[in-house]
Amino acid sequence: MRALYTWGAILAIVFASVVGDVLLARAMKEVGDVGALWRREGLGAVIGRTLANPNFLLGVTAMAVAFFSLLFALSWGDVSLVAPAAASLTFIGNAVAARVFLHERVDRRRWIAASLVAAGVALLAG
Amino acid sequence: MLSHGMKQTGNISIHHLQSVIFAVLNPWVAIGILLLLAFFATYMTALSWADLTYVLPATSLGYVLLALVARFVLHEHVSPLRWLGIVFITGGVGFIAGGPEITTHPAKAKLLTTKTAPGLELTNEVGDKL
Repeated sequence: MRALYTWGAILAIVFASVVGDVLLARAMKEVGDVGALWRREGLGAVIGRTLANPNFLLGVTAMAVAFFSLLFALSWGDVSLVAPAAASLTFIGNAVAARVFLHERVDRRRWIAASLVAAGVALLAG
Repeated sequence: MLSHGMKQTGNISIHHLQSVIFAVLNPWVAIGILLLLAFFATYMTALSWADLTYVLPATSLGYVLLALVARFVLHEHVSPLRWLGIVFITGGVGFIAGGPEITTHPAKAKLLTTKTAPGLELTNEVGDKL
């Protein structure tokens, strides 16, 4: 039962953080290059535009859900299971989601990179 | 730090959701959150000019840094399996950092001008009002 709770929480973390990452990435693409905007209009404009972006707010909400799912998972399961499982699954999930929702060109090079990083994170955090 | 703090707080039952809120008040958890905020600001900046599939693997270098700090500052034992993990992550990041940053940018720029033009107008309006 405890294992079930832990894996449920891990899946919740992965789902919420993938949704959050996609929304945040989309929001920042809409805001545009932060460095250029800062030089042109100042830091206030950067912060104002980012905070006014609906995708940003939704993304942060999703990230908050992911964060509290992490706290739940950590209180049920060992960090040595939760951290690597959630982190590496998030990398894979993000590669899929970035391709489908952000229309990023995830070529073979990026797939290999995502898989290598996911495997590495699983080994390292485990 | 978060793990440390949550182990102090103890188990959270699904029937006592409010105890999750109090967990935030634990100093270890609070410091962890502050550092996450700093990470978040730099992460958003990177996302404003690079692909998600480019930025995200690159952030995983943090895991490598963490392991190196554990080994050389805290003098913890790092197992061969973890060294293998470091090799994997470094290799993976090297893989994306190698070329696609340049090759995907023209394609992405095209995509941006066609896809997010309405969004840019919207944010401009909001910016003017502010």
